[in-house]
Amino acid sequence: MGKRKAVVSLRECVACGCCMKVCPRGAISIPKGIHAEINEELCVGCGKCAKECPAGIITLEVAEQ
Amino acid sequence: MKQKKKWYDFLWIFSLTYLILGFFNILFAWLGLLCFFIPLIIAIAKGNKAYCNKYCGRGQLFSLIEGRFGLSRRKDIPKWMKSKYFRYGFLIFFFLMFFLMLWNTYLVFAGTKSLSTAVTLLWTFKLPWHQAYHGTVFSEGVAQFAFGFYSVMLTSTVLGFLTMVLFKPRSWCVYCPMGTMTQLICKARNVTSSQK
Repeated sequence: MGKRKAVVSLRECVACGCCMKVCPRGAISIPKGIHAEINEELCVGCGKCAKECPAGIITLEVAEQ
Repeated sequence: MKQKKKWYDFLWIFSLTYLILGFFNILFAWLGLLCFFIPLIIAIAKGNKAYCNKYCGRGQLFSLIEGRFGLSRRKDIPKWMKSKYFRYGFLIFFFLMFFLMLWNTYLVFAGTKSLSTAVTLLWTFKLPWHQAYHGTVFSEGVAQFAFGFYSVMLTSTVLGFLTMVLFKPRSWCVYCPMGTMTQLICKARNVTSSQK
């Protein structure tokens, strides 16, 4: 089974940065102020960001390899 | 792994102090303009939401209070509240109310209206706030703006607090007019810069 990674619904993201603050791996950035971006190399799928996201638009999904 | 706290992680102290100072002397409400212009300047000049992401003391205050006292139900925000219709609609409504406040300030400046030493909560409820007014050396309009601006700040704090309890700690961020506005600026900037 593949590893789970955080996935952001780009259309719904408000770019508030709550996910960025809780990510223990520093895997999230909001480079252009439009939506959050997950660095899949760093993401360990812990789900902290999904729990924190006030809009509830981050899900954990099994990455396709 | 606990991340090391940076200087800006303490900006919640500024937000809290602001609310307290405004209770004692309304003229401090003018400082709130910082929370209005800094995010806009960052969005326009740098094209990002660093203000929301790092510096917003309001957001920090919500997550801090929640973390300390566990007040939030931590439920997902309803779908309609995160829809673009609601977010943009709320931004427009907030702007209209803001201009109404500026208009009232103008009327006091012009002398057609007398100063009202009240704070209007949720655009409806007038709270007597005389204790915070000790006269001003400037026009009374200066104080009227302070009352108006403090009303905006207190209203958004109350709304943010309510949605913090009902949903997630920083639910306010989803429909915060400043956040919506800076995101729109970033979107616009990105469209124009990618066309170059």
